[in-house]
Amino acid sequence: MTYRIYLRGMLIVLALFAAGTRASSENYDYPIEDRYAATVVGTPAEYQAVLPKTIPFQKRWIKIFPERELPEVVWYGGRLLYSQALQKNSAPLIFLIAGTGASHKGAKNYDMARAFYQAGFHVVSLSSPTYPNFVTAASKTGVVGHAEKDAEDLYRVMEMIWATLDDKIDVSSFNLTGYSLGGFNAGYVAKLDEERGVFNFARVLMINPPVSLYNSISLLDRMIENIPGGVDNFDRFVDDLMVGVAEIYKESADDLGEDFLLKASETLDLKNEELAALIGTSFRISSASLVFTSDVMADFGYIKPRGLPLDRHADLTIYAEVANRLGFTDYYHKFFYPYYRDEYPDQDRDEFISSISLRKITDYLQGSSKIQVLHNEDDIILEPGEIDFFRETFGDRATIYPRGGHCGNINHRDNVAAMVAAFTEGVTR
Amino acid sequence: MGRSFILTFLTTLVLLAGFSSSTQAQPQAQQDQYPEAVFTPGRLFPPDYVTPTDVYDPWQPMNTRIYNFNYHFDQKVFLPVIRGYEAVLPQFARTGVHNFFNNFRDAVTMFNSVLQVSPTKFFQSTGRVLTNSTIGVFGLFDVATIMEIPRPEEDFGQTLGYWGVPQGPYLVIPFLGPSNLRDGVGLVPDLYVQSFVQGEALERTLRKVVFLFNAVDTRNETAFRYYENGSAFEYEMVRYMWSTKRDLDILK
Repeated sequence: MTYRIYLRGMLIVLALFAAGTRASSENYDYPIEDRYAATVVGTPAEYQAVLPKTIPFQKRWIKIFPERELPEVVWYGGRLLYSQALQKNSAPLIFLIAGTGASHKGAKNYDMARAFYQAGFHVVSLSSPTYPNFVTAASKTGVVGHAEKDAEDLYRVMEMIWATLDDKIDVSSFNLTGYSLGGFNAGYVAKLDEERGVFNFARVLMINPPVSLYNSISLLDRMIENIPGGVDNFDRFVDDLMVGVAEIYKESADDLGEDFLLKASETLDLKNEELAALIGTSFRISSASLVFTSDVMADFGYIKPRGLPLDRHADLTIYAEVANRLGFTDYYHKFFYPYYRDEYPDQDRDEFISSISLRKITDYLQGSSKIQVLHNEDDIILEPGEIDFFRETFGDRATIYPRGGHCGNINHRDNVAAMVAAFTEGVTR
Repeated sequence: MGRSFILTFLTTLVLLAGFSSSTQAQPQAQQDQYPEAVFTPGRLFPPDYVTPTDVYDPWQPMNTRIYNFNYHFDQKVFLPVIRGYEAVLPQFARTGVHNFFNNFRDAVTMFNSVLQVSPTKFFQSTGRVLTNSTIGVFGLFDVATIMEIPRPEEDFGQTLGYWGVPQGPYLVIPFLGPSNLRDGVGLVPDLYVQSFVQGEALERTLRKVVFLFNAVDTRNETAFRYYENGSAFEYEMVRYMWSTKRDLDILK
């Protein structure tokens, strides 16, 4: 009981805090000036919101297409993995959608889950449609990156997960958020929900979404050109990064754990171009996995010869090497567009690719008061000027921070407060 | 368990290695029957290109099969046991178990520090073993870490590496996971040292229990879960990460 009162007190404080930041972003103390460094390093511990160390974050799986027969090389991908953290009492429920190539249990989703669980929400955490497990288990076509079709896949997943929870928990309202591509997805899912009406989302928050998907992936693709010596040195760069890390490894007691590369990159004191190359590289490694998985699922013949069966013991080294050399833009031009071409006979390549954008649903976003945006002025996935789209479309429903790069400030106390406030401010419970 | 286990282990290894060499070179021949993909290595790489991230893996057909076996063993045996272990033993008890085994692992480091002629690591690990075995009550409490005695980790694979022995072919070991020929061979003296120390310290029946708990503790301390890391190239990724880690371990 006292806990609940404490919680409510916290919420009010958080809400006030958020209201304050919205008015005066000049007091914003996120410390990293450089947009690339911010993106890689994130939020230093002393600026982070205080979140519970652990929450009852349970890993779950569900079969979305029980009849689906998977190609043998992705035999392990039939179950969609997700996670949930449930309150004991009646509470609002929030769906979280991860960013490009990220999973339901990735660091960002987990941190958001902690924040929302602490604020009293049931949390259901979903992988991005671009996460290989989602591609094999939950994507209808296997060829992802399509705004409407990804939204339909997500919606189906949400409905089926909700069906498993319906008789177990009391839910006072449904809510939706996501960061990066997950924020973009959230906009399209919200729009789909207006037609389907299963959830009637009370509030929706988009965190650091792209405007045009193609613009953003082009920017990320180009970052890899910062690799010293160019893209041809991709493998060399990855290897150098690891060897450069050796120096630090000798002195520190840390093992090669999850945060090791990140920590190392901090200590390595990388120059701007190298940071950009690092971001491009990590994007490339996850997009390589996605593209290969899509190719296997659709048997398109993009990297793997069409029709060639690969068994579970197949040597994939050569496919990994080829996939690592290809940008996401290559995927859009040589796989995605040809794959969907027949469905959209009246659009040419450029029209089709550029239609994968929030601009396509501007009217909906503009008119829908339940949708809010958190973004950064210096986000590296936006073309110059694209940030104005959010100001113009969302007006005072957009909170734009002066710094933070791409999601680098997502754990900053002001950001976490604003994130929670987006769902609690002015809501009676 | 000591000697007979090691013998069985080695024999299995040699047999598996021999068996595997006959099952290669098939996929290449097959590929020609299918239309060329949009992007091929020939289109992207110069003819004599060698990828720096490549790991020498001539036993790939055998390795992927053992990798697969390990996955199933993990799902059917290891992880259920771990879940039970976590449900039955509270955190402080699990930490006690972990400390207990680390004490024996420190003894392995002592042994290898001598072979690597490293007095610093030798005194650190010896200091740890002495402190934890006495004040730490048979190693159950990690007093040495509280006293800020560093914990180097050296195994016989690293000792061989220290003296210039290369990793050799990549090797996935049944139950244990990624390794290489050098480190696989290195397991034998390490296991011998560990079982010798345990033999001195523990009575016969207890040693069997200890062997099982050691396995459970090791799995419990390993965060890795098969096919949950979002890579379509998990085997290749683990292979690269592991062999890089082992190179770095030797520099350390």
